[in-house]
Amino acid sequence: MDKYETFTGIAAPLPQINVDTDMIIPKQFLKTIKRTGLGVNLFDEMRYDDNGAEIPSFVLNQPAYREAEILIAGENFGCGSSREHAPWAIRDFGIRCIVAPSYADIFYNNCFKNGILPIVLPQEQVDILMADAEKGANARMTVDLEAQEITASDGQVFRFELDSFKKHCLLNGLDDIALTLEKGPSIDAFEARAGLERPWV
Amino acid sequence: MSPKTLYDKIWDAHVAHEAEDGTSLLYIDRHLVHEVTSPQAFEGLRLANRKVRAPEKTIAVPDHNVPTTDDRVNGITNEESRIQVEALDRNAKDFGIHYYPVSDIRQGIVHIIGPEQGWTLPGMTIVCGDSHTATHGAFGALAHGIGTSEVEHVLATQTLIQKKSKNMKVEITGKLGPGVTAKDITLSVIGKTGTAGGTGYVIEYCGEAIRSLSMEGRMTVCNMAIEGGARAGLIAPDEKTFEYIKGRPHAPKGAQWEAAMAWWQTLYSDDDAHWDKVVTIRGEDIAPVVTWGTSPEDVLPITAEVPDPESFQGGKVQGARRALDYMGLKPGTKLSDIEIDTVFIGSCTNGRIEDLRAAAAVLKGKKIAVKRAMVVPGSGLVRAQAEEEGLADIFREAGFEWRLAGCSMCLAMNPDQLSPGERCAATSNRNFEGRQGRGGRTHLMSPQMAAAAAITGRLTDVREMMAPAPEPA
Repeated sequence: MDKYETFTGIAAPLPQINVDTDMIIPKQFLKTIKRTGLGVNLFDEMRYDDNGAEIPSFVLNQPAYREAEILIAGENFGCGSSREHAPWAIRDFGIRCIVAPSYADIFYNNCFKNGILPIVLPQEQVDILMADAEKGANARMTVDLEAQEITASDGQVFRFELDSFKKHCLLNGLDDIALTLEKGPSIDAFEARAGLERPWV
Repeated sequence: MSPKTLYDKIWDAHVAHEAEDGTSLLYIDRHLVHEVTSPQAFEGLRLANRKVRAPEKTIAVPDHNVPTTDDRVNGITNEESRIQVEALDRNAKDFGIHYYPVSDIRQGIVHIIGPEQGWTLPGMTIVCGDSHTATHGAFGALAHGIGTSEVEHVLATQTLIQKKSKNMKVEITGKLGPGVTAKDITLSVIGKTGTAGGTGYVIEYCGEAIRSLSMEGRMTVCNMAIEGGARAGLIAPDEKTFEYIKGRPHAPKGAQWEAAMAWWQTLYSDDDAHWDKVVTIRGEDIAPVVTWGTSPEDVLPITAEVPDPESFQGGKVQGARRALDYMGLKPGTKLSDIEIDTVFIGSCTNGRIEDLRAAAAVLKGKKIAVKRAMVVPGSGLVRAQAEEEGLADIFREAGFEWRLAGCSMCLAMNPDQLSPGERCAATSNRNFEGRQGRGGRTHLMSPQMAAAAAITGRLTDVREMMAPAPEPA
C-alpha cells in the first residue's frame, strides 16, 4: 500500500444517513475474484438507470464531482455487509477520504486496509463541510493525516481524532500481516499455552 | 479479581499480544470461509508465498452464490458464480482446510453449519468474512464479521489486530406473548436502539425471555446484533447450549468434554461486572413486528400504521421520505393492509429447523395467496430433517417452492431475486434498497408472520390465525 500523503481534492456531498454497503456496491459485483475495477460500479443503482445510462442528478455524475477524491456523508456510513468490495470500489473510483459523523464498525476497519481515511467529525462540523462541498469543484479541501486536520475551501480547519496504530499504518502504507508475523513468537507461545488449557479447541 | 463480563472473559483468554496503546493480537479459534469474500485473500497468500497457519481451525463452504434449484447438480450456469465457487473448491484443496462442497449434504449457510457440525463452541473466538458471523454468539462465543484483508490476516497468522469494544447489556425481562418470537425480540431491540446504537459495543443479551429461547431462537437474536451496529452479540451458555452441542461431529468427547464443560460453566458475566450501556425491554411489551422502510430500524408492531416522515428528527426525516418513496408506501396506511407478491423463508437468521416448523404450523392445510413463495432451508441437513418430519409436504401442498440450501434471496447473488417493485415478506435480515433485487421491496418479519402473509396475501398479524388460548378454569 502507498504512503498516505497530504492532498487537496474535490469533495462530493452525499447528505444521506445509513448509506449501506449494498448501495455502495450491489451484490452482482461481488462475483469478482479480483480487488480492482469496481470503481465504475460504485453506487451503481443510484448512479445508473435500468438501461445502464447515467442518472444526471446523482452527485458523482455531475461534472463538478466526477473527479472527487473526498466524500462527505451522513451518519452510520457503510452499514450492513462486511464486503470489502465497498472500500475497493470507493478507492478504485478515486476517493481517498470520507467525512461522516459515524461509520459502521467493519466498514471503518476495512477502509484503513485500502488507503482510505474515514474521518469522524461531529454532525455540526460535517454540516459545514457538506455545505462547502455543495459549492462544486471550486470547493477543494485539504486532508492532512499527519496533523489530523481537514481544511475547508475557505481555510477553516477541522481537527479529527483517530487510533494511533491505524494512523501509523495508513501514513506509512504498512502491511498488517508482515507486522503481525514479526510477533510470531507471541502467537507460538499463545498456541502452546491454549493447547494445554483448552485442548478441545 | 475484578468482576468481568462474559466478553471480558473471552477476550482475556485470547489475547496473544498486547501493545501499550491496547492494540491487541486476538487469537482466533475458528475461521469460517465462504466463496465471496475469500478469493482475494487466498490470492494474497499465494502472491506472498504464505501458508494457512491453522488449516485444522479453518472451515469453508460455498453458500452465497449457489443456486437452490434441483438442477444445480448439473453445475452452476452463471459463469462468474461458477468461477467463484470453483476458486473455493481449489483453495480449500490447495491449503488443506475443512470443506463442504455443494454436492455434500452437509453444505449450507456458513452460520448454520458451524453450529450444526459442532465447530461452534462456547468461549471461542470465531470470525468469518461475513457480517452475520454474530450468529455464533448464541453459544457464548465471541464471533464477528471481518473484511477480506482481515480474512487474509487470519489465514496467515490465526490472529486479528483488535482493540477491545465496550460492554453493552440488553436485557429482555419476563415472558413473550403468543405469536412473539426471537425475530421480534431482535428487531424490536434495533427499533429501540437504532442501527448505530450498538456501534463500538459487544452486546450481551440476557433476561428471562432470552433464557426461555431455544438455541435456534438465540441464534436469530445474535444474528442481527450487526444490524444494531454492534461488533458482536453474546448469550451466556447454559444447559440448553451444552445439550445442543453434545454429540455433534466436531464437539469434544469423553475426558475432553468434561474439561470443556468445566470451563464453559465459568462463562457468564459476574454479578457486579461493569456495563457501559444497558437497555432493558419487557418481554410482554414486544409484539409481532414488521419493517416498513429500508433500514432494519424502521420497524413497528403489525398493528401500527406507516409513519409520517415528518414525525422523525434530523437526517431521519429525509431518510424516511426516501424509504417510503422506494417502498411505494403512504403515511397512515395500516401495515396489515399492505399487499405482498412474494414470500421468502430462509437465511442465516431464520433458516433453521425450528423456523421451518413454526412456519409449517401456520401453513398446515392452507394455500398461499401470493404470486410466489419459497422455502430455502439453511443446510442440507435441515432440509433432510424437514422432509423426514413432513414439513416439506406441508410447504409444497400450500404452494411453496421447496429449495436446496443456500443464502438465496436474502442477498440475491444467485438467481433467486425480486423484480423491480415486487414486494416480499422475508425472514432474512436486511431490507436495504436493492438488497433482494434491484427495485425489490422487502418487509422483514418472523417465519410465523411470513407464513401468515403468504396465506392472506398481505402483511398479517399471525395472532389472528392462532387458536385462542384456553380460558383459565
